[in-house]
Amino acid sequence: MTLLGQFALWTALLLGVTVGALGLSGAWRGRPDLTAVVTRAPAAILLACAVAALALWRGIIGHDFNIEYVAAYTSRNLPTGFLVSALWAGQKGSLLFWAVVLSLFGALAQWLTSRRYADLLPYVAGVTSIAVAFFVCVMLFAANPFDRLAFTPADGRGLNPQLQNIGMIVHPPMLYLGYISITVPFAFAIAALLSGRLDTGWIHAIRKWTLVSWLFLSIGITLGMWWAYVELGWGGYWAWDPVENASLLPWLTMTAFLHSVMIQEKRGMLKRWNLMLIVGTFLLSIFGTFITRSGVIASVHSFTQSNVGWFFLGFLIVSAVLSYTLLYTRWPKLEADTRLESVLSREAAFLFNNLLLVGIAFSVLWGTLFPILSEAVKGTKITVGPPFFNRVNVPLGLLLLGLTGVGPLIAWRHASSANLKRQFVAPTAVGLLVLAACLATGMRDLYAVVALTFGGFTAGTIVQEFWRGVRARMRMHDEAAPLALARLMGRNRRRYGGYVVHVGILIYCVAFAGMAFHRTEEATLKPGEAIEVRSPFGHTYTLTHVGLSQYDELNRTVTAATMAVAVDGRPAGMLTSEKRQHFVQPGDVSTRRPTFEPSTEVGIRSSLREDLYLVFAGAVDDTETAVYRVNVNPLVWWVWAGGVVLVLGGLITMWPGGGALVTAPRRVPVAARVEPAPQLVGAEGAP
Amino acid sequence: MQAGKKFLIGAALIVGSVGFLITEGVKETGVYFLTPTELAAKTTADPSFYDVGFKVGGKVVPGSIRRDAAARQVDFRVTDGARTYPVTYRGLVPDTFTDENEIEVIVEGRLDRSGVIQATDVLAKCGSRYEAVPQA
Repeated sequence: MTLLGQFALWTALLLGVTVGALGLSGAWRGRPDLTAVVTRAPAAILLACAVAALALWRGIIGHDFNIEYVAAYTSRNLPTGFLVSALWAGQKGSLLFWAVVLSLFGALAQWLTSRRYADLLPYVAGVTSIAVAFFVCVMLFAANPFDRLAFTPADGRGLNPQLQNIGMIVHPPMLYLGYISITVPFAFAIAALLSGRLDTGWIHAIRKWTLVSWLFLSIGITLGMWWAYVELGWGGYWAWDPVENASLLPWLTMTAFLHSVMIQEKRGMLKRWNLMLIVGTFLLSIFGTFITRSGVIASVHSFTQSNVGWFFLGFLIVSAVLSYTLLYTRWPKLEADTRLESVLSREAAFLFNNLLLVGIAFSVLWGTLFPILSEAVKGTKITVGPPFFNRVNVPLGLLLLGLTGVGPLIAWRHASSANLKRQFVAPTAVGLLVLAACLATGMRDLYAVVALTFGGFTAGTIVQEFWRGVRARMRMHDEAAPLALARLMGRNRRRYGGYVVHVGILIYCVAFAGMAFHRTEEATLKPGEAIEVRSPFGHTYTLTHVGLSQYDELNRTVTAATMAVAVDGRPAGMLTSEKRQHFVQPGDVSTRRPTFEPSTEVGIRSSLREDLYLVFAGAVDDTETAVYRVNVNPLVWWVWAGGVVLVLGGLITMWPGGGALVTAPRRVPVAARVEPAPQLVGAEGAP
Repeated sequence: MQAGKKFLIGAALIVGSVGFLITEGVKETGVYFLTPTELAAKTTADPSFYDVGFKVGGKVVPGSIRRDAAARQVDFRVTDGARTYPVTYRGLVPDTFTDENEIEVIVEGRLDRSGVIQATDVLAKCGSRYEAVPQA
């Protein structure tokens, strides 16, 4: 099997390099035969990578512990689901997984792209194939998942318990899908630059691709937060760790791109900026991979240090230099078609939004790299942590939240005072009402008050947009409200899907603000003793230590600590947290030996208002006395809810059909429509 | 005034505040990240450094961990091979914090006059975090 895997990898490498050279050099121009080869090759590369992955999976499932990777990450007693996910649990396997997904996207880009962009596709094939070749190259020369050991161990070392979680089966693939699919928009951008076809064509070609990667990245980040929250046991979901920041950076620049690209579609501006953003997003995704895998920046959760990182740094530098040089040579061709007419316009609002998003991305990058920068410049390493990121990003994020409310309201080109009055009165009133309510209830935390006020304003905007659209449809088509709403969204998917995404972001913001009010208590308790924790919502939890129990389960020994929970004196069930010691056991019980440090399984009692989060930190000297930490985390449920709304919105936006926001009226003759285009009956602010 | 100019003013305001927030943020929240050797050099050169917060990164001396579970206190020694400092920490340490194999820790806190690091936070970065424990 390893031989087959090795062979498949070499095939992928050779194909990738050849197609890359042919595709990027433009040698296929005027040669239909070569063009066909280049555009079909990504399917062959996909096949080669898939064969390699299947070969490794075969080794994992068949417990072939002679393969170093299989011995290092699995064991005989590992449940099947985790055997499957072991493919991406370690450095080497995850590189292979990456190559497979990347080649899949490379092939999909060829299959799913409209023939209208046929002259871009060979270039796209060139870029995606080179990228696959790079990953295969890293495997073959630095981290080969098919390496064999000189001997065959009786059993493997097992999978790290923290990776034995459902979140870990789904989180990395989602994040990878997001990270990896960024390559497709990047490939189209490079294709547009190489071909010199710099009209808005390539923008249309990648619109959905960008949304796809944005969506996967959003899901991946949210699942990552969830995994950290339920598995790492420190009580929160976001710690501004370099690895987390690495996933946030491309998300921020991609979000900026998704907004600014509308200006290019609508007004022919920002061509250079958009190209810089998409190239930058790709580079940030590679940068993220570099810091996750090289260990250059101290992170609590990073892969083992290895020289793999330097491959990524090399790739990063080469890609950056080549892409930006290419962009520079095409600079004069990227002149904007129009100019900004007024600062009171949607263009300007979007530009400010872009500046803020890029500003946030820059500050996150700066904070992440600061230890290295300060050491290089001043000779002493200075680190910044969560206080820095919160200090910088909370005000910027709040401004952005405000702009989220402004953007959809303000007219393109030049907002008249009539437009401003008509659009802003209601949302502003909502914002002010929220402000008054905050002050009346005695809330004095500046950021929380501003967050809720801006949140109210933005929510007002979204509701007003929906309300006006629905009302117009109800009047014109005599439809009932639910039908009008469904049709309104169905026919303006980008616009209303976008608003749903904004609702998701709004929910996130409120949930994040809530976390600022969390409470923590620690206690050492004998059975029968209790600890009290006050909730920021005013009630009091009383947790009474009931006792400990110990038992074996599957591949671990569990020590479970149980507490009886009471809310304001009323009993509210039990909550259990576990310490788990995993083991491998190649033969009978006498061959059992522990693997890894003990791990904690937290107990969570979740409600709409707050989570009660219980950590059993250990027993005192093998008695029944237990050490606990209890957190009350407000509004955590809403983070996951916000994620779901965001994903729904994203799906609505990219659902096939339904017509594009801007181009539909141009492409489809209005006369051919049975009904007038809904855009025409929407609010004045509609394009 | 032209739209372009007005926009540039707005843009300059945003870029300016990002810059300001970053510089202020670093100044207010930046923390020295030192090895035990560097910490020794700093305190020798500047005795007022005793009152400054810092992070120190090093390895836990095997066998040096003394846990008082009831009081939730941990004492251990951190070293970079050349210099060693005793650390005392009240609070819960992560699961990965053991002294079986030389684990890397990041200790945040300050040095008291008796030369003990009073930690406010202890992060354990197991070199084998996502890998299995190397077999002896």
